[in-house]
Amino acid sequence: MKKNRPVNLDLTTISFPLPAIVSILHRLSGVLLFLIIPLLLWTLQQSAFSEEGFLNVQDALTSTLSKVIIWVLLSAMIYHLIAGIRHLLMDMGIGEERKSGKVGAFIALGLSIVCAILVGVWLW
Amino acid sequence: MVSNATSYTGSGLRDWLIQRVSAVVLGAYILFLLVFFMSHSGMEYATWEGLFGQLWMKVFTFVALLSLYAHAWIGVWTVLTDYIKPVAIRVTLEVLVVLSLLTYLIWGIVVVWSI
Repeated sequence: MKKNRPVNLDLTTISFPLPAIVSILHRLSGVLLFLIIPLLLWTLQQSAFSEEGFLNVQDALTSTLSKVIIWVLLSAMIYHLIAGIRHLLMDMGIGEERKSGKVGAFIALGLSIVCAILVGVWLW
Repeated sequence: MVSNATSYTGSGLRDWLIQRVSAVVLGAYILFLLVFFMSHSGMEYATWEGLFGQLWMKVFTFVALLSLYAHAWIGVWTVLTDYIKPVAIRVTLEVLVVLSLLTYLIWGIVVVWSI
């Protein structure tokens, strides 16, 4: 192997194609969803055990800050789901070519943005 | 063949398959809950508690929790394997993730079966 091969690890100078962005966002959203598991379990525990807890949770969810947090988490969840469906389609041989892969990435990203907007409309 | 002591099943192909089966279960669960929320605006405690009081919902949630356990393990393992190169740090993180997931699994089962 040549020792003086050019190395470019400066991420800011690398141009990421759309499928690469969709892929890294899939990972990021997945890690985020892993991190919030205890929050989800705690919310379920509070809300389903007693009416008092349920009302407390409902009350906490009405503030703007918690709505923003829910919007981010729901959007991440829907994005992860859509990017996951794209993965399953690629397993079946759909959209795994260079060109169709780009189209698939574009559709996944576009659909997620539309869903994120709809979630925002629903929340506010 | 990819084989690794810290991956979920130790087999790359089996991990691949379980990741997809668990994804379909989780997708169904999330879509069900989203539809339930959207069709019950101004939800009351009785509706919410009534949903989780049903046996089929407990079983559905239990299967979803098991899927989440496997899915998160395989997913986070893949991410850690790709980005954390020093073995000691990576294995430590992997063990922490697996222990957290086990805690969440048991916690979730206790919550679901005591509602």
